[in-house]
Amino acid sequence: MSTTYYLLLSALLFSIGAVGVLVRRNAIVVFMCVELMLNAVNLSLVTFARINGALDGQVMAFFVMVVAAAEVVVGLAIIMSIFRTRHSASIDDANLLKY
Amino acid sequence: MNPLLPVLLVFPLVGALVMHPLRDSPRAAKQVAIGTALVQLALAVVAWSAYSVPAAAAGVRFQLRFVVEWIPAFGTQFALGIDGIALVMIVLTTFLVPILMLFSWEERLPEGRTASGFFALLLATEATLMGVFMATDVFLFYVFFEAMLIPMYFLIGRFGGPRRQYAAVKFFLYSLFGGLIMLASLIGLYVVSAQYLPAGGTFDWAALRTIVPLIPESTQIWLFLGFFLAFAIKAPLVPLHTWLPDAGAEAPIGAGVLLVGVLDKVGTFGFLRYCLPLFPLASVRLAPLVLVLSVIGVLYGALLAVGQKDLSRFVAYTSIAHFGFIALGIFAFSTQAFAGSVLYMVNHGLSTGMLFVMVGLLAARGGSRMITDYGGVSKLAPMLAGCFLLAGLSSLALPGTNSFVSEFLVLVGSYPREPVYTILATVGIIFAALYVLWVYQQTMQGPVRGRAVLAALERSPAGGPGTMIDPAIAASRARSGFPDLCAREIAVLVPLIVAIIVLGFFPGPVLDVVNPSVAATMTEVGLTDPVGGLPR
Amino acid sequence: MTELPEVLPATGTASLAWLLFALPAFGALVLLIAGRRANRWGHLLGVATVAGAFVVGLLIFFDTLALDPDQRTRELSLFQWFAVGGLNVDFGLRIDPLSLTFVLLITGVGALIHLYSVGYMASDPGRRRFFGQLNLFVTAMLLLVLGNNFVMLYLGWEGVGLASYLLIGWYQDRPSAATAAKKAFLMNRIGDVGLAIAIFLLWTNLGTLQYTQVFARVGELSGGVLLAIGLLLLLGACGKSGQFPLQAWLPDAMEGPTPVSALIHAATMVTAGVYLIARTHAIYDLSVQGRLIVAIIGTITLLIGAVIGCAYDDIKKVLAYSTVSQIGYMFLAVGLGPAGYALGIFHLLTHGFFKAGLFLGAGSVMHAMHDEVDMRRFGGLARYLPVTFVTFGLGYLALIGFPFLSGYYSKDRIIEAAFAQEGWQGWVFGGLATLAAGLTAFYMTRLVLMTFFGERRWKQLQTADGQDYHPHESPAVMTIPMIVLALGSIGAGAVLSAVGLVDWLAPSVGELVEPEGVGAVPHAAVPWLVVAISALGVLIAWLTVGRHRVPVERPAHVSLPVRAARRDLYANAINETLIARPGIWLTRALVYFDNRGVDGLVNGLAAGLGGSSGRLRRLQTGFVRSYALSMLGGSVLVIGALLAVVLT
Repeated sequence: MSTTYYLLLSALLFSIGAVGVLVRRNAIVVFMCVELMLNAVNLSLVTFARINGALDGQVMAFFVMVVAAAEVVVGLAIIMSIFRTRHSASIDDANLLKY
Repeated sequence: MNPLLPVLLVFPLVGALVMHPLRDSPRAAKQVAIGTALVQLALAVVAWSAYSVPAAAAGVRFQLRFVVEWIPAFGTQFALGIDGIALVMIVLTTFLVPILMLFSWEERLPEGRTASGFFALLLATEATLMGVFMATDVFLFYVFFEAMLIPMYFLIGRFGGPRRQYAAVKFFLYSLFGGLIMLASLIGLYVVSAQYLPAGGTFDWAALRTIVPLIPESTQIWLFLGFFLAFAIKAPLVPLHTWLPDAGAEAPIGAGVLLVGVLDKVGTFGFLRYCLPLFPLASVRLAPLVLVLSVIGVLYGALLAVGQKDLSRFVAYTSIAHFGFIALGIFAFSTQAFAGSVLYMVNHGLSTGMLFVMVGLLAARGGSRMITDYGGVSKLAPMLAGCFLLAGLSSLALPGTNSFVSEFLVLVGSYPREPVYTILATVGIIFAALYVLWVYQQTMQGPVRGRAVLAALERSPAGGPGTMIDPAIAASRARSGFPDLCAREIAVLVPLIVAIIVLGFFPGPVLDVVNPSVAATMTEVGLTDPVGGLPR
Repeated sequence: MTELPEVLPATGTASLAWLLFALPAFGALVLLIAGRRANRWGHLLGVATVAGAFVVGLLIFFDTLALDPDQRTRELSLFQWFAVGGLNVDFGLRIDPLSLTFVLLITGVGALIHLYSVGYMASDPGRRRFFGQLNLFVTAMLLLVLGNNFVMLYLGWEGVGLASYLLIGWYQDRPSAATAAKKAFLMNRIGDVGLAIAIFLLWTNLGTLQYTQVFARVGELSGGVLLAIGLLLLLGACGKSGQFPLQAWLPDAMEGPTPVSALIHAATMVTAGVYLIARTHAIYDLSVQGRLIVAIIGTITLLIGAVIGCAYDDIKKVLAYSTVSQIGYMFLAVGLGPAGYALGIFHLLTHGFFKAGLFLGAGSVMHAMHDEVDMRRFGGLARYLPVTFVTFGLGYLALIGFPFLSGYYSKDRIIEAAFAQEGWQGWVFGGLATLAAGLTAFYMTRLVLMTFFGERRWKQLQTADGQDYHPHESPAVMTIPMIVLALGSIGAGAVLSAVGLVDWLAPSVGELVEPEGVGAVPHAAVPWLVVAISALGVLIAWLTVGRHRVPVERPAHVSLPVRAARRDLYANAINETLIARPGIWLTRALVYFDNRGVDGLVNGLAAGLGGSSGRLRRLQTGFVRSYALSMLGGSVLVIGALLAVVLT
């Protein structure tokens, strides 16, 4: 099976993730979309590793997973504390940092 | 390695630091300040006597040199040295500072400001001015050039008149703008020098001089323009002048004299030291542009001076006219005009300084700087009026006062090469007479009149609520509401008057020091005098 | 071109020449600095220094007289004033017949007028300062005539301008005095610009400013340059001497105290223009057109002065316009070239005597009449002021050229020389000068008649502060100078022509060239013609003024020429419309332009930067999604750019 399909799937997932980040307001959903984008990139990394016959891409994917896990920890904690103070998980409500 | 110059550079700063613990006793702080300034003057006199004119005539470009490594990676050194032009500017600065301090002795400062702060800033300004005139490394010059802005910004912004914030910010931004463009040019110069020097780029003035003939004219023009813009803002040439009337009007008189009398001269000094020797081809090519600006400055500044209502702004506009003369002399390329311009830089410091001081003395009595608030002052205070007239006559370059020699040299030296511009500038002396005599007539002659004068006369002897009234003056109101000069004020004016008259008849010592350096500059531009002399 | 004399260094008595200006300078310095302490003896010091300078001048004069004529030109270099490159300006003096003549006139008449001022200014609280300024004037005037280079000349030139400014504005309570002083200084400065540019031209073309070298080398100059220098020097001379078109300041200068008018604005300073042209005769010798223009200017001015003098009622202004007119004669004389330089100086000397005497007489009349200057309020004063009347009368006769008084000798010779010119010039210059002589006789006779003769109109009048007039003769300290000057008015002409003033001046201004051939009018007939015309003027004055009652109020309805003359032939109106008003407008417009235009541009730039940053920061909405979108957009752009580069 051609690796092209994996890349197409990766692009599709990335696009879905990006659109999700841009259009959704719920912080949890945005967060999950970010995860989706990360995983799409992981998929393409692994695919390219396969194509090139080198392990670099796979190692990189592991790095991404570790970073994503750490991000989940920090990100979810921030979302939790925002939710507790504002009783809302909408990211549009957290717009104090502006001009 | 002569330690005199670093001492001259650091000593005022030491004085300023010593004043810091004394800030709660203004009297002691002021005494320390004026003591420092006087010792500094003595040091400058030592430098004058240590400077050898024969050596300069024999081709030694800088004397009393002091060089240590600074940032070798940039090819920049902490290099100090003086030529005759720098020397007279240093002596002028150190001469003016103690006089200004004595003048500001009783200055009434804005709420919450201390006299020690004011005097310390004056000393700090003096130190940076020393650095500017002494630096023989272009990068070091740039550092001092920008550092000058800091104490002056605080002097204007903290101690000035009602619109001080506006004036200080305008002054700072304007100068900084020019300075940054000069920095770009400076870096360009470094890069160019790296192309021609085997040892890599340098900022050393003398080393840069050696590669000047190799730099093509187009490159020179771009580099010249960067330097020129900074200096033209500093010296103000029309149309880059509008910060000066604001800064001059809002600055306290003491700082104003230093600003207009010395700090602005850094611009014209820069023309002579950097623009002409480092970019000779560009200087000659772009001279018509500068000459047009100078002549416009002479006429435009004078006409605007006639139309001013505020005495400080009036002085500022007369200075713009005078800077026109100085720039004309510099870009007319003859030794007479060069020497005249350098002498003019000194004389303008004295005459404008005195004019500023007279404005301050008037404002100390009437509490206003508006021309229409005064009238008939000579009946109440004849000595004050007489000194005002003398300052004005020096400003209009009457023969017998200092400015005449310099103005004459500028014009007579400029005429052979630039007759048209010179004739136009000469017409400016009519306007000079007009603005001086017009202001004198309005404020000093005629019957006693004017809001400020009448209010001062009516106010009770103990002194009234006037915002700018000098407390010492208010105290001496017992006899008259508008007293004549007091002893301290006479002590301020006498050195200036003596300098104005003596330099009018015996400018020889100054010219002797200046002449070799001026001749060297002439060689560096690569031109010869249009009119030589005859054997006598 | 005349032979230039050899210039020798000054030795012996002549090396004391520095005392000439140092004495009055010392007096000025002491009087202006010493303050009230000097009030008691200040005026005496003032007189003594000038008298001392006169004595020194006499010593040097006799010392010079003992020398051969070709050794009478000497120089004394005191110190180097300034030197740059090839330009070397000495503070040096030139002692030659011309400068010595002026030295004696300045210090002699100056000392007399100082003496007179002791009485005239006795009640002025600022008398000490007055003497200080008068001494300053004498110093500057001596530097002007003694300098041996053009820069020294310029020093004295502007120095006398300053002294004149200070003294015209002496009564500074009167705004008109302050304005007149300023006007005098400004109009002088216009002339100074001409002088300055002439100096620049000389430097450019000859590379020296020393008289000796300049005069020796003027032959190298091209005709155009010579003409330009000549005209520029003339502009300077016109400014200082109140010649057309810069004559308007001189009558206004009468705002000053009368001794000032006598010394500065009649005898000495205003004749500096004549000195300048005589001194630089080497330049005018070579420029026929330049000389012609000098003569034309002189002729125009002598007519203007005489015409306006006929219409004024202010005694000092009449004398002032008479001065303008007489200096016009001197300009005409020096404009005639080698045939006239010495005659111009001759007339300058005799005029110095009689005009100073006339002014002092006018001052004495004012002193007697509560500082009144309107002649319509005088009348019949001869009985009350006998000394003044006699001395004034002698000065008057000298001025109108009464035979064998001093004006007869000097003025007639100028008119003779004018008639001797070739072609139209002889007719025009000679004819107009003769006409002006008639006018002079008319206005001076009118002045004398209105002041000293006729009805005592002041009996019915009161002073401005409501007192009666009590005319009285002036004290001796004032009359003695008047008597001395009157003696000069009688004898100066005869004595000076007998002892050969013209030959004495020859080393400085060249030999006098006697007119050859027959000019417009036969030589011998000229004196008769002039005397006849003058007598006619006197007669007309008697017919129109002497025989009638003089109304105290000035008649309002008069003929057009009189109205024009009363308004100075519209000179002030022209200056006002052409220069003053446009100047004020220009200044106002420029102030507006500077504030709104130049500064507006700067502030506009600042405001523009501030405004645009205020708008740009609106992009920072605080919405995470919009930041994310811009990140995405940016990434797409970067990738697109990369792809574009890779693919091409």
